[in-house]
Amino acid sequence: MKQFFIFVKKEWLHIWRDRRTLFILIWMPVIQILLYGFALTNEVKNSNFAIFDQSKDEATTIISHQIAASRYFNLVKNVYSYKEIEATFKQGKIRLAVVFPRGFQYDLLHTNHAQIQLIADASDPNTANMLANYATAIINDYQQSINQNAKLPYTINTQLRMLYNPELKGAYNFVPGVMALVLMLVCAMMTSISIVREKEMGTMEVILVSPLKPFRIIIAKTIPYLFVSMLNIATILLLSVYALDVPISGSLLLLIGESILFTITSLSVGILISNTAKTQQTAQFTSVMSLFLPTLMFSGFLFPVENMPLPLQIISNIVPAKWYYIIVKAVMIKGLGFAAIWKETLILVGMTLVLLGISIKNFKIRLA
Amino acid sequence: MRVLKFLLQKELCQIVRDPAIFRILFIMPMIQLLILPLAADYEIKNINLGVVDHDHSEYSRKLINKIVSSGYFRLKDYSAAFTQSMHAIEQDKTDLILEIPAQFERGLVKENEATLLVAVNAINGVKAGLGSAYIQGIIQDYNQDVRTQWIQFPRFNPQPTIEVASSNWYNPNMNYRLFMVPGILVMLVTMIGSTFAANNIVREKEKGTIEQINVSPIKKTQFILGKLIPFWMLALTELTIGLIIARLVYGIIPLGHYITIYIFASIYLLAILGLGLLMSTYAQTQQQSMLVSFFITMIFNLLSGLYTPIESMPQWAQIITRLNPVSYFIDVMRLVVLKGSSLTDIKYQIFALLGFAVFFNTWAILNYKKRSG
Repeated sequence: MKQFFIFVKKEWLHIWRDRRTLFILIWMPVIQILLYGFALTNEVKNSNFAIFDQSKDEATTIISHQIAASRYFNLVKNVYSYKEIEATFKQGKIRLAVVFPRGFQYDLLHTNHAQIQLIADASDPNTANMLANYATAIINDYQQSINQNAKLPYTINTQLRMLYNPELKGAYNFVPGVMALVLMLVCAMMTSISIVREKEMGTMEVILVSPLKPFRIIIAKTIPYLFVSMLNIATILLLSVYALDVPISGSLLLLIGESILFTITSLSVGILISNTAKTQQTAQFTSVMSLFLPTLMFSGFLFPVENMPLPLQIISNIVPAKWYYIIVKAVMIKGLGFAAIWKETLILVGMTLVLLGISIKNFKIRLA
Repeated sequence: MRVLKFLLQKELCQIVRDPAIFRILFIMPMIQLLILPLAADYEIKNINLGVVDHDHSEYSRKLINKIVSSGYFRLKDYSAAFTQSMHAIEQDKTDLILEIPAQFERGLVKENEATLLVAVNAINGVKAGLGSAYIQGIIQDYNQDVRTQWIQFPRFNPQPTIEVASSNWYNPNMNYRLFMVPGILVMLVTMIGSTFAANNIVREKEKGTIEQINVSPIKKTQFILGKLIPFWMLALTELTIGLIIARLVYGIIPLGHYITIYIFASIYLLAILGLGLLMSTYAQTQQQSMLVSFFITMIFNLLSGLYTPIESMPQWAQIITRLNPVSYFIDVMRLVVLKGSSLTDIKYQIFALLGFAVFFNTWAILNYKKRSG
């Protein structure tokens, strides 16, 4: 056991004395969670738009003002022809153009029917859809305000309730995702690189001739990284509660326990990668290709998994981050207990055991 | 010039003879361009619907039918009580609950008014926003149906109504791939260029081969150029592979000129490679440089407007995106591919990137020291 702790100490010194790497390891999650928590949002607001008003009467002025005043829109310019609209779109300056035809108010008051054209830049389909929805809602409000006294018969009202995230904040969706991303990165990528580095430097030979069992060598390598990631979990949780206002609705203990489990899963992935890679560069690329991208793509926090073609949905099941993301969402945001996530926990435990088994079996005691 | 030629020869040999680089060069675009666009489909469809129908009337059934047949919703849960339906939301089986109160039909017909409850899982704000907008639209349609059934409308509108006609330019079919593929191409070129560049000088430091370069009559500028040009060529090749895949697999043919894309890409690559080399001159070990370059490219990618619109970000983050070369290229790529913008439309972006290129490369040259230690 004493030998084992000496190895842990050696590994710890590697990290501790490389101040730059340590600095990054500790500050990276902080910067990430703040950056993504505040900046990465799919909400649509302050979208630039232009007005092409061919009528310039009281009604068009009021509607233009109301659209410009809403928090979804930001008026950048008035245009005077369809050609100008096209040119402004091509410079990427606006996302929506509102076109009032000639004689808008006259038509509205005399024939009771007038038309407004919304031209959306649909290169981004969702944003285009949402902007058109918001603008239509504002126009409908105006219409309602001019017909105030008339109440339509047979009206169905809809009462809308936004569960868990009434303000539709992006952070609720992204914080659990960033947690998975950071832990995966710190644990898997850093351990795999640090093991391969010993191979590349030739110091692996020294370790292999030591009396310690290979299995213990590997465990000793991972323990310091386990500590670093626990520190990361703590900072992420503190920041998300106090800086991003994303509360922990469920049990904190459960959340931490599940995070440690996921950390161990990531560490075992890292060990497996280090077994196959020969150079640090390969280790990094394998980590990026097999961990970072799948975590980003398949965990469900950036892209909806249910939209993917079936083969990809099946592949997404072998990405550990997907299960962790489900767990964090359930515990942290929905406030559910262990009963709701035992299946996901079991899957993570199973994955860890399989990964560890494979990497211990493949660990080469001899140099090639 | 002759020195530079030798340096280029050395670097190209190193690249060509490294089988790992070649594998990555071909596998990366395959994975990114063939799988990522399939996954990166934000189109909100297949919203899982849970229904709690307390009314069990003809009207409530018609409403449910109308919602399900719209194509946006899939009926996944039909519960007797709201609490049961909440359970399905907790397990992520459904995204949205529609509760129809008892006496819905009676209320509507006799009292002229009825209220439905729609509860949405709003953890994912976009899905919640669009999902609720869709279902409200359908309910309004249904409301109109009910009205026309009961009231004989006069031929002229009794009240002023405004008709809103929306048209979608540049992507009328609302195809998400047209939007994502050009952006993913940028990400691909960036990752290839910057990670290789960032690792390269450090690798020579770690292996000790930098000593030889330090004692040979190579000027600092020549050294940096010798590192820059091969990766620049490598990344442009990668861009070509990517554009071919985009054309063959997704049928994406830019509305603008390919020349515009290449001119912009070559300036962009100078900037991004310069940044990679700069990081490389600072780092001591490959682990450091990998971590830093990975960290920076990750921030660059996520704050580039590829996944989330830049206008939605807070002011300070928008300032960061203006310092982010990737965001300019993604912007330009989409402008040229989808809208056919020309060089004059994107002159502002070109000048910005020229600035970045000069800045990063000068810094890298100044920071590369021929003395070791």
